[in-house]
Amino acid sequence: MGILEVKNVGKRFGGLQALGDVNLSIAEQTVHAIIGPNGAGKSTLLNCLVGKLIPDTGSVTFEGQSVLGRKPHEINQMGISRVFQTPEIFGDLTVMENMMIPCLAKRDGAFALHGYKQLLRDGEIVDKAEHMLEDMNMAEKRGMHAASLSRGDKRRLEIGMCLAQEPRLLLLDEPTAGMARADTNNTIDLLKQIKDSRPITIAIIEHDMHVVFSLAERITVLAQGTPLVEDTPENIKGHPKVREAYLGESSGH
Amino acid sequence: MTDQTQQAPGAAAQPRRAQTANTGGALGLRKKDFAIFLLVIALTLFAPFLLNPFPGNSAMAQFNAGYPDLMQRFVIFGIFAIGFNILFGLTGYLSFGHAAFLGVGSYAGIWSMKLLTLNVIPSIIASMVVAGLFALLVGYISLRRSGIYFSILTLAFAMMSFALAYSVLTPITGGETGMQLQYFDARILDGALEPGQTPRASLFGLDMAASETLRFGAWSFTFNVGYYLAGFMMLIAFYLSIRIFNSPFGMMLRAVKSNQNRLNYTGISPKPYTLAAFVISGMYAGLAGGLLVAMDTQVGAERMFWTASGEVVLMTILGGAGTLIGPILGAGFIKYFENIVSTINKSTLEGWFSFLPDTASDIVVTLIYPFVGKGWHLTLGLLFMAVVIFLPGGLVQGTQKIATVFRRDKKAEPVESAAAEQRKSAED
Repeated sequence: MGILEVKNVGKRFGGLQALGDVNLSIAEQTVHAIIGPNGAGKSTLLNCLVGKLIPDTGSVTFEGQSVLGRKPHEINQMGISRVFQTPEIFGDLTVMENMMIPCLAKRDGAFALHGYKQLLRDGEIVDKAEHMLEDMNMAEKRGMHAASLSRGDKRRLEIGMCLAQEPRLLLLDEPTAGMARADTNNTIDLLKQIKDSRPITIAIIEHDMHVVFSLAERITVLAQGTPLVEDTPENIKGHPKVREAYLGESSGH
Repeated sequence: MTDQTQQAPGAAAQPRRAQTANTGGALGLRKKDFAIFLLVIALTLFAPFLLNPFPGNSAMAQFNAGYPDLMQRFVIFGIFAIGFNILFGLTGYLSFGHAAFLGVGSYAGIWSMKLLTLNVIPSIIASMVVAGLFALLVGYISLRRSGIYFSILTLAFAMMSFALAYSVLTPITGGETGMQLQYFDARILDGALEPGQTPRASLFGLDMAASETLRFGAWSFTFNVGYYLAGFMMLIAFYLSIRIFNSPFGMMLRAVKSNQNRLNYTGISPKPYTLAAFVISGMYAGLAGGLLVAMDTQVGAERMFWTASGEVVLMTILGGAGTLIGPILGAGFIKYFENIVSTINKSTLEGWFSFLPDTASDIVVTLIYPFVGKGWHLTLGLLFMAVVIFLPGGLVQGTQKIATVFRRDKKAEPVESAAAEQRKSAED
């Protein structure tokens, strides 16, 4: 039984069957990649996992508890964090404040009314945020406005913010999309380091095969809303069905 | 904090540095904020002098604003704008119906004076509580939507409140004529007055309308009890707003404005935060409404009209939304225009330009006249446009620009300019 179990999930948008009948099990403390051509339903599936969309059929359970019908912030509090395709950070706030918010969310839950003094008194939040920034090599940028960071730094900050919540499952939606090669490699190294240093499960949606084969331990190939195959990277590379799905896509152009 | 010695030396030193940067002032305020607070205290305390700089018999006496009625309006609308800024400046939710809370607060205040006592303290408390409860209801419904839809919902609530107060609820609002105190009101705690006596609001026997005038040659300065009560309330309100701005709660509100999506996916529900901000700003409006009643012991429904809601939006933006002192400046500016520029009439203008030859004087007066007197809205409108175009951070940004001309080092970046920059970057 995996940490995340997706059973018979289907989702229809009007006449379009975005997800057919998806079954997926993500084992604890693995890096699981979900790949597939454009329009395969990867993003729809991800949105069903985090509460942005509610599937028409099927069930999604995280650590044995259903996530369906819960709001995104409730699902996050269960232990699922999400990194977006374009980094979603608090651009108007400083880097330090960006990091303090997930620390507060982790400690105090979805809502807490705090006075100014309390934060200074216990200092614990400030310390934790400061440590996290050091882990991300961003400590010297703590006073900068997050919006003025470079693309790569925004991505680092976003991943750091997710990690500050100590999630058990980290979902990454094309984390290297639109990045230069050097930034992509940095992100791969960062994710490897994260995987090795803490007990975390990572699910990653990605187009870039270089990223997928550098990180993933299991790969699910999605095509036209249904999982085609699920296997180890070695076996996926030479799988005829996968080649067909991708080549079929590219010959259509 | 106790195990800092076990951490790497760098890691231990940095949080401490981060903390010391936050203190340095008194009363739990940062040094910079404490200086702003002291400035506001000084302005409030010495307003009777500062606003009456011209001798009474000079032509410039027209511009003196140091009379009690106007000074009370400065601070009361200052409170209104400070509260509005907590919602709009921090969360970015633009309420277009805040005058409803001001009005509801006023009605609650006057009923407290009619039924309980002429003392203003229970009346002000009643204003804040009732306005807060009403804000809870309106906020709970309106905050289901954001952006323009939120603004429209709040506007709808305010217009409904106005319509109710103006007609349907006449028994408790006085309808068109509004509510005044009467000698025969019940007043359980005070007992009834004799026929013919005028009920006067008081603070434990201290008449709100009582004034002391200090004459100094041609100058005269008026010190009014009501003004100082309202001023004291504004200082408390301002202090609390600084504390809110710098608290983790305030940080969450800024996070709501910055990126609600990330906030949701960080396990935080934005709704309770925005609702809390809405209720707090509603209570600020209620306090302002209660103080208005404490000053002039009457209420009319027009206090809730949509133009009154629009006015507080103008005040906040004109002064600088998201800055600490901006709303106070904005409120002062608009109330000054409303009360001073509007009193300049044709004969005043003719008096000023009488030194010119007749034809020239006529031309100048004809050119200027549309912008003063009844046309004061025109001047205000032009001013507002100029501020929004050239100083998107409001008057606060203007004073900062002037300050940087004199003092070239910009190393200490206070909240004020940070907010102004945010507004700029948000527009890009």
